[in-house]
Amino acid sequence: MPIAGSEIVKMLPGRKPCKDCGFPTCFAFAMKLASGGASVDKCPYLSKEVKAKLVDLLAPPIKLVTIGSRENAVKIGNEEVVYRHEKTFVHKPGIALLISDKDDNAKIEEKIKKIKELQFPWVGVTLKADLLALYFESGRKDKFLALVKKVYGSTDLGMVLISKDMDALFAARDICADRRPLLYPITKENIDKAIPKIKANLTPVGLRGEGVEELIPLTTRLKEAGIEGLVLDPGSKNLMEAIRDQTFIRRAALKQGFKPLGYPTIAFPCFMAKGGLKEIMVASTFVTKWAGVIVLSDFDQYSLLPLLVQRLNIYTDPRFPMAVQQKYYEVGEPDEHSPVLVTSNWALTYFLVSSAVEATKIPAYICVKDAEGLGVLTAWAAGKFSGDSVGAFIKKCGIGDRVKHRKLIIPGKVARIKGELEEALNREWEVIVGPRETTGIAAFLPGVAKELKGLS
Amino acid sequence: MEYKAPVEAYTGVVREVTIGKGKKSLKIGGENILPFHVFDQGSNPNPAKFALEVLDMKPEDWPEHLVEPFWDVISDPVKWAKKCQDFAVDAVSLFLMSTDPAVKNAPADKAAALAKEVAEAINVPLIVYGSGDEKKDVEVLSKVAELCDGMNLLIGPALKENYEAVGKAILDHGHTAIAQTPLDINLLKELNVKLSKFFPPDRIVIDSLSPALGYGMEYGFSLMERVKQIGIMTKDSMTMMPIIANIGGECWKTKQAKENKEQGLLWEGITALSLLLAGANIIVLRHPETLKLVRETIKAR
Repeated sequence: MPIAGSEIVKMLPGRKPCKDCGFPTCFAFAMKLASGGASVDKCPYLSKEVKAKLVDLLAPPIKLVTIGSRENAVKIGNEEVVYRHEKTFVHKPGIALLISDKDDNAKIEEKIKKIKELQFPWVGVTLKADLLALYFESGRKDKFLALVKKVYGSTDLGMVLISKDMDALFAARDICADRRPLLYPITKENIDKAIPKIKANLTPVGLRGEGVEELIPLTTRLKEAGIEGLVLDPGSKNLMEAIRDQTFIRRAALKQGFKPLGYPTIAFPCFMAKGGLKEIMVASTFVTKWAGVIVLSDFDQYSLLPLLVQRLNIYTDPRFPMAVQQKYYEVGEPDEHSPVLVTSNWALTYFLVSSAVEATKIPAYICVKDAEGLGVLTAWAAGKFSGDSVGAFIKKCGIGDRVKHRKLIIPGKVARIKGELEEALNREWEVIVGPRETTGIAAFLPGVAKELKGLS
Repeated sequence: MEYKAPVEAYTGVVREVTIGKGKKSLKIGGENILPFHVFDQGSNPNPAKFALEVLDMKPEDWPEHLVEPFWDVISDPVKWAKKCQDFAVDAVSLFLMSTDPAVKNAPADKAAALAKEVAEAINVPLIVYGSGDEKKDVEVLSKVAELCDGMNLLIGPALKENYEAVGKAILDHGHTAIAQTPLDINLLKELNVKLSKFFPPDRIVIDSLSPALGYGMEYGFSLMERVKQIGIMTKDSMTMMPIIANIGGECWKTKQAKENKEQGLLWEGITALSLLLAGANIIVLRHPETLKLVRETIKAR
């Protein structure tokens, strides 16, 4: 629940413009505070109480928590909406791979190797899992600490430390505290003893309650103790409970402005589904339903990729059309006789065209013209896909050097640019009007390809 | 500040639509809560339903791991449809792909005769999708509606270009319509408004198109979420219809689904589950193992 600058100004000292905050008036400072562009600390005349109140009021409704360090830091929380179409989701959940200290050495090595090596290029970004969750299960503290040391020494990744034994948990924390590990679980049973130990070397803390309500006194106590990097686990036992609990936490934080639940969450498909494809399905539900960290018992290249792509999809900002880079793309291994198609750079348009071309098994070039992420017809209407501009792009993108023929296929929906485009290309190219929909490519392309081959 | 569980209640109710007749019938929709929100005030009397897709011609570009469950019946749509029942489907969806002028341009008569034969051979309701060619579909779907008179099939797609003719045939012969628009809420509402002028809204199912994971799924997801919310939260009559997500074809044409079985099942499964969470009432899938996987995942309650 954002607070207005006009409310904030009432709490400021309002003395003759001292300008000590760097702004000409208290009002200007208040407006800047409300928009998140200034820090409360800048005003030296606030009482401790007022300052604390302001900091609280200005805090984002869901706390930003950072697990891990440097380039591998995973930031979660700070979300502003319940549904992505209301604005956008911001911080995608960290995907964690669970390693138990009961796993044998080979298994441990394999998992460390896996999380390092499984990286997937996907339209200009690299998709990968983010965290390792280390689980004290053996009952032997030395074994657990050895695992933590090994992982700390052999990777740069952030960690989730899971141990019901508090001594083991804090000993593990001391090994890797500079990596900002998430400590889990702090519960109503251990919180009293845990607070001083958490404070001794502050890192993020994961709380577990049996249900959403049990978390409230825990977050309240920790906040009072000055510990605010919190992550919530409402202890959901199955998928339906999980949807309920995640929904309640999200709504409480965003719609009710209920601060004690204003933290990101952690979810454990590894304990809910126990392996296999079902565990990935459960994890995908948590991607959609707002979890901040998702812990998996295992994955391989074929199960991890779909989940990472889903995370990318759900966390794509719907306000900005996803665009691909302007250039010509190759489908298959095209040669100098392969067909050349042109389309706009809305990612969805490009995906549809490229997968339709791919399905024909005919190698081809797709020239993607920058149309500010609009679909073909909209782009044409907005003047971003005119014959002149497409012509200029075709000339400079270099496709002319790759093919011997001079035939260019345009989308059927913009058949009307044919004349202008041919003119722009100095009549060196023949413009062929392609199908209106990508579904027509299957029937259209083979004929054109055959004709081009025949010319050679 | 006291915590009060943020339970919500809404005024909109999705129309309950019946597909099929008598023992072979199925209800979809009817909910006044958001998807899976059984903790809010209200209920969903007809939780998610699942159909498997049958093609009217032998598929040519399917990977082996997709053909495998139906390898022995893949050239015979009637047997194929019957075999779908082994996987506890709520409905079968027949895709009249061969009628597409760009595929085989098979005649409407033949397609309609097949639809009737399939509908009679199975014990669950039948969904019939035309090729999507706006002109040919008028002929094909009208013939299907006529020949299957009174069977209350779920027939589509009725598009903005052909809804008058297609809608009339569906209505005259006692069927239910799929109104399809391309990923746009305004077009979707506009088509429902136009169709509703002569077609009962409680016999319309929305198909807002469902791109596959990685190929625009987020557009389908957010659109569906909005359609559902506008219906249930703001009681917009023209979005209070159940939603069908026909995802099998979209998912299995991706390179990723074809490449590996496990990846294919998850590609289809994650797309399905995401859309169920967004508000789909019935999902059309291709692989029976995906159906089982999604069902088992959401079973725990």
